[in-house]
Amino acid sequence: MTSAREDILDRVRTALGRDRISSDTRTKLDRRLSDPPSYERPGLGEDRVHLFATRLTAVRGGFRKTDSGHVMESIADCLDRHGLERAIIAAPALEHLSWPADWNVSFGASRGDDRVSVTPCFAAVAETGSVVLLSGPDSPTSLNFLPEYHIVLVRAEQLLDHVEDVWEKLRSTGAPARTVNFITGPSKTADIEQTIQYGAHGPRSLDVVYISTLQECL
Amino acid sequence: MPTAASHLFKQRVPAALADRDLKAAMDKAQDGFIGKREQAVSQYPGFEALRELGREIKDHTLAHLDFYLDRYERQVQRNGGHVHWARNSNEARTIILDLCKRANARNVTKGKSMVSEEIGLNGALEESGIAVHETDLGEYIIQLAGETPSHIIAPALHKTKAQVSDLFHAKHQRYGFHQRLTEAPALVNEARQVLRRRYLDAEVGITGANFLIAENGSNMIVTNEGNGDLTRTMAKVHIVTAGIEKLVPTLEDATVLLRLLTRSATGQEFSAYTTLSNGPRREEDPDGPDEYHVVLVDNVRTEMLGNEFRSMLRCIRCGACMNHCPVYGAVGGHVYGWVYPGPMGSVLTPLNVGLEEAGDLPNACTLNGRCQSVCPVNIPLPDLLRRLRRRQHETGLDSRYSRAALRLWTALAARPALYRRAMQWGAVAMKRLAGRRGRLRRFPLAGGWTRSRDMPAPAGSTFQTLYTLYKEGRRR
Repeated sequence: MTSAREDILDRVRTALGRDRISSDTRTKLDRRLSDPPSYERPGLGEDRVHLFATRLTAVRGGFRKTDSGHVMESIADCLDRHGLERAIIAAPALEHLSWPADWNVSFGASRGDDRVSVTPCFAAVAETGSVVLLSGPDSPTSLNFLPEYHIVLVRAEQLLDHVEDVWEKLRSTGAPARTVNFITGPSKTADIEQTIQYGAHGPRSLDVVYISTLQECL
Repeated sequence: MPTAASHLFKQRVPAALADRDLKAAMDKAQDGFIGKREQAVSQYPGFEALRELGREIKDHTLAHLDFYLDRYERQVQRNGGHVHWARNSNEARTIILDLCKRANARNVTKGKSMVSEEIGLNGALEESGIAVHETDLGEYIIQLAGETPSHIIAPALHKTKAQVSDLFHAKHQRYGFHQRLTEAPALVNEARQVLRRRYLDAEVGITGANFLIAENGSNMIVTNEGNGDLTRTMAKVHIVTAGIEKLVPTLEDATVLLRLLTRSATGQEFSAYTTLSNGPRREEDPDGPDEYHVVLVDNVRTEMLGNEFRSMLRCIRCGACMNHCPVYGAVGGHVYGWVYPGPMGSVLTPLNVGLEEAGDLPNACTLNGRCQSVCPVNIPLPDLLRRLRRRQHETGLDSRYSRAALRLWTALAARPALYRRAMQWGAVAMKRLAGRRGRLRRFPLAGGWTRSRDMPAPAGSTFQTLYTLYKEGRRR
């Protein structure tokens, strides 16, 4: 008996009315995979930071702009706005930050009962207002979904124009991470009478702290 | 495969039309979907060109599907995952059931997956004593109600808020929620609390796929709730179920289709969560599944690839065709009787369960063409429905009544002189009968039509007569 795999591939070839792909075609298709087509991308037309903030806030994400000397103030501001205590689970990648001594900060994966997480990101996308996070020991995926409030730190050089720019950056990092998360605003659902409700299963709020470079501040 | 009830279509339509709750829910939903899509499309210059590009990408992939499937499989394996192949629903269920048993699963969480509906997965798991927990809010609602999805992206579209309130009040008592909730935020919050425990308890998480990417073996899923991500992250085993037509070559190709998908489905520029899964937990990862499996399902897809319905395999399951269909809007999704409703369902259902079972579906269409005009990959749905009607006629499956009518028409149309005279008599007779009102209350053989509206009378001369006059007028 032939395997289901062979059978399905045979059926595909029969349906397409041909034998296995010729070596010429294979070379062309291989090239298409290693050098992906560059399709026209949507025009963005304005200041990238402004566009990113506009797109993000349009889907109820929070946006704060600060500089590297004032990150903690911005995080504190997010917590205050939601009426939250200084109790945070943060990605291990952020251990080096100067966390205030009187805050209750732990580092690692979430086990489900954390209220606030703070994570870094791999990239942000102006076109869509998204932050992009990669799984790994420095940035556990559970931090992006289990806590009720999610705060993401974005450094200026991480902000890219289009979704395609993220793919290019990903390819340059080598072996792919287990998970790549594009997150665009808080969790939501419209499954009850098609009316949007926030905080379905993931975080009820998403706040981005954008850390501008020195030049941008000047 | 779930049993089809498509042969009951005609029988079930009157009750659906008379259901006021259903009508209220459908009107609200369709208005919302149409308006949101229109706005999103108008804000994206070049959307038409994007549709054309989407069509090209899908056609290219389908024409080289063996190559891309093979490459995808190798990349998944390189990422530490496993690929399983299923010729039909039966094989797919067996594979998934075995994986669940090997994981000693008692609880399975599920993200939304239409393929899992197609293969009848929930029933099979439950028969083996495995509890299945749908986690998409819409899927959760209909699972509690013991129903099937009535829309491919908004499965509980047919339910009103009051119905959801009753349902939660009845079914959530056992979790210690005794208060009756009436407002949507409170209902969503209660479901969140009930389902939160499920993610942490489940041994296996099952999700679908929006795109399978050959280049690197990624599975891309697009959600708004975050349930898909919790399902795939928290369980020890993550299983993906996907039809073989979900393949795309590269991330760039997926991006084009993604821009089309979110705008066509919900009018969003981007959904809240777009996620790539690239296999099981890496050595250093503090969370994520230990095992990653992809089950590729054929289920008549290779048959469609080889016949006149290949273009249907371009479908990216956005739901725009049903959102814009007047028939779907009037009767809702359940009367279609199988997994997929609306225009795309009227093509897919007969191809899956047979025209004997689902012959009414391709006929429940006015051929107005709105479905094709909003389809993100320009599937000629009206044309495919017409082909099914022709197949039905050729295999003698249409009704004796319509065969007789067609024979009469053929006899007339083949005799131009007789045809012209018959039409002329008809037009004059209708005009006389209509009198000064210009409308007919009743018309022979069209009782179904005139029951709810009048038939407008013709002007008294036929199209051919008027056209001759028009031509003469122009010559002068």
